[in-house]
Amino acid sequence: MYYKKSVGEIIFDVLNYCAMILLVIATLYPFWYVLVASLSNPTAVAQRGGLMLWVEGFTLEAYRTVAQNPNVWIGYKNTIIYVVGGTVVNLFMTTLGAYGLSRRNLYGKGVIMKLIVFTMFFSGGLIPTFLLVKSLGMVDTRWAMIIPGAISTYNMIIMRTAFQGIPVSLEESARIDGANDFTIMWRIIVPLSLPVMAVMTLFYAVGHWNSFFNALVYLRRRELFPLQLILREILITQSLYEMMTNVVTDREPIGETIKYATIIVSTVPILCLYPFLQKYFVKGVLIGSLKE
Amino acid sequence: MAISLNIMSKNHIRGAKNQRMLARLYTEWNRNKYVYIILLPVVAYYIIFHYLPMYGVIIAWKRFTPMGGIWGSEWVGWRNFENFFKSYYFFRLLRNTFLINLYGLIFSFPAPIILALLLNEIKVGWFKRTVQTISYLPHFISTVVICGMLVNFLAPDGLINTVLAVLGVEPKAWLRVPGAFRIIYVSSGIWQEVGWGSIIYLAALSNIDPQLYEAATIDGANRWQKMWHITIPGIIPTIVIMFILRMGSMLSVGAEKIILLYNPTTYEVADVISTFVYRRGLMENDYSFSAAVGLFNSVVNFMFLIIANTISRRVSESSLW
Repeated sequence: MYYKKSVGEIIFDVLNYCAMILLVIATLYPFWYVLVASLSNPTAVAQRGGLMLWVEGFTLEAYRTVAQNPNVWIGYKNTIIYVVGGTVVNLFMTTLGAYGLSRRNLYGKGVIMKLIVFTMFFSGGLIPTFLLVKSLGMVDTRWAMIIPGAISTYNMIIMRTAFQGIPVSLEESARIDGANDFTIMWRIIVPLSLPVMAVMTLFYAVGHWNSFFNALVYLRRRELFPLQLILREILITQSLYEMMTNVVTDREPIGETIKYATIIVSTVPILCLYPFLQKYFVKGVLIGSLKE
Repeated sequence: MAISLNIMSKNHIRGAKNQRMLARLYTEWNRNKYVYIILLPVVAYYIIFHYLPMYGVIIAWKRFTPMGGIWGSEWVGWRNFENFFKSYYFFRLLRNTFLINLYGLIFSFPAPIILALLLNEIKVGWFKRTVQTISYLPHFISTVVICGMLVNFLAPDGLINTVLAVLGVEPKAWLRVPGAFRIIYVSSGIWQEVGWGSIIYLAALSNIDPQLYEAATIDGANRWQKMWHITIPGIIPTIVIMFILRMGSMLSVGAEKIILLYNPTTYEVADVISTFVYRRGLMENDYSFSAAVGLFNSVVNFMFLIIANTISRRVSESSLW
């Protein structure tokens, strides 16, 4: 159906498209700048004061320096351990919970569900949790990065919603053939829920990759630090220290490009996964937003 | 005699009831025993890592000593709470936490709604999808990297000062300017989450029955009238739910981003309850006092949530429970 747009509508459309283009630029420019600056000559970067559209004086010096920093490698190794180990534990525990709570006629299910949902809105707080983890002897061990956050209640509810959508008839025939709940969970429910499993894997893995607060709270030994804590030292603690002591003027210009290179190195895995991430994450958010 | 008979029969009845109960539990166990076994680790996890800390919060009424631990330390009544309410920090923390949230409610909360409404008006499919995909990106970048970029851009020789120099503003170390902290915190928060936050509203928008628009077009409604009378009412329930959730956290600000951005020159405006609990509790090992502060925070938040939910249930049909 054809209809003529009024002048007001045309103006609105033009402004709307401009606003969206501005949003895209505002979102991408910081990342673009970081990428371009990391590949440029440090002196050129220092002169441009943050405005840079293309590489100037191409050099990989900054990346070489980052690669020679042992802390970055330690951080990378630890982060990979936490991402892999943490995600495996997360998936296992979340699946157990989602399966159990998606069963029909389970005596006491309502109470368990209520008690679990309650923890989303109320908690003992940082200090009692820390003291508990400490008394379990997990402080300053890798376990502290994996076990205390073994289940995200929100994710478990998403998975449970997905499990509830699977027709009962599929498991009933298996039950008649003598399958018990373990078999049904691993052979029927999980294979039929691979999309939601993928969403969960990404949710948890990205969470572990990006998390730094747990590490800050539970870890003291440097050899256990994940990448994000190392990044914090390189990107923030140093800069703030310089800022506090006002030595900004005689800062070595090469420092800047090293920081940018570190950002790129630590963010590349996320950027590579990004096409999948955004597709599956949106799916996850949409499953999660369905009301119980 | 009569009385004792009476008691006997009562016991008898109770016994029968207990037996029926046991029989029911027995069939239930037979039917679902594997499910209970599957749920066991999950229930254990929640008891240990969520409910034990709720119990461990009793150290807020104790004076924690490393020797005594949570159980053996000496009780001190409400002293930790009183000290907090009387301290200089109480007002400062409450004000900072509340103001950051108020700024968030005024600026960050509507931003994704506006973005969703604007995106909804874009009819070129590929353009809309591209904008959406790009706008989600900052959500996936770690807080440390975002704050690292902020520190750099806000430095005296950084991007922000270069841009502001065009407008004739003196270069400053913006992260040391107390008056700028909340603006930096909230506006960078919008930059991080506006695209991601719009997903839920876009989903609500796509659920609006297209027949409503067709009918309105036939009745001669123009685009503004359709937006005002169909689109916005269509997403009001979603907005209400998001608003309740937002209200429930009016007195909570995550510590992560603030710990990365603040410094002693901006503590006066930047220090919030969670960062204070972290510093006092974990850096100065003042467990009992900071547990009391944290508990106060949790309780107030929970009350906010209940109040917001109750109000919403009265005035509209949307509520969390």
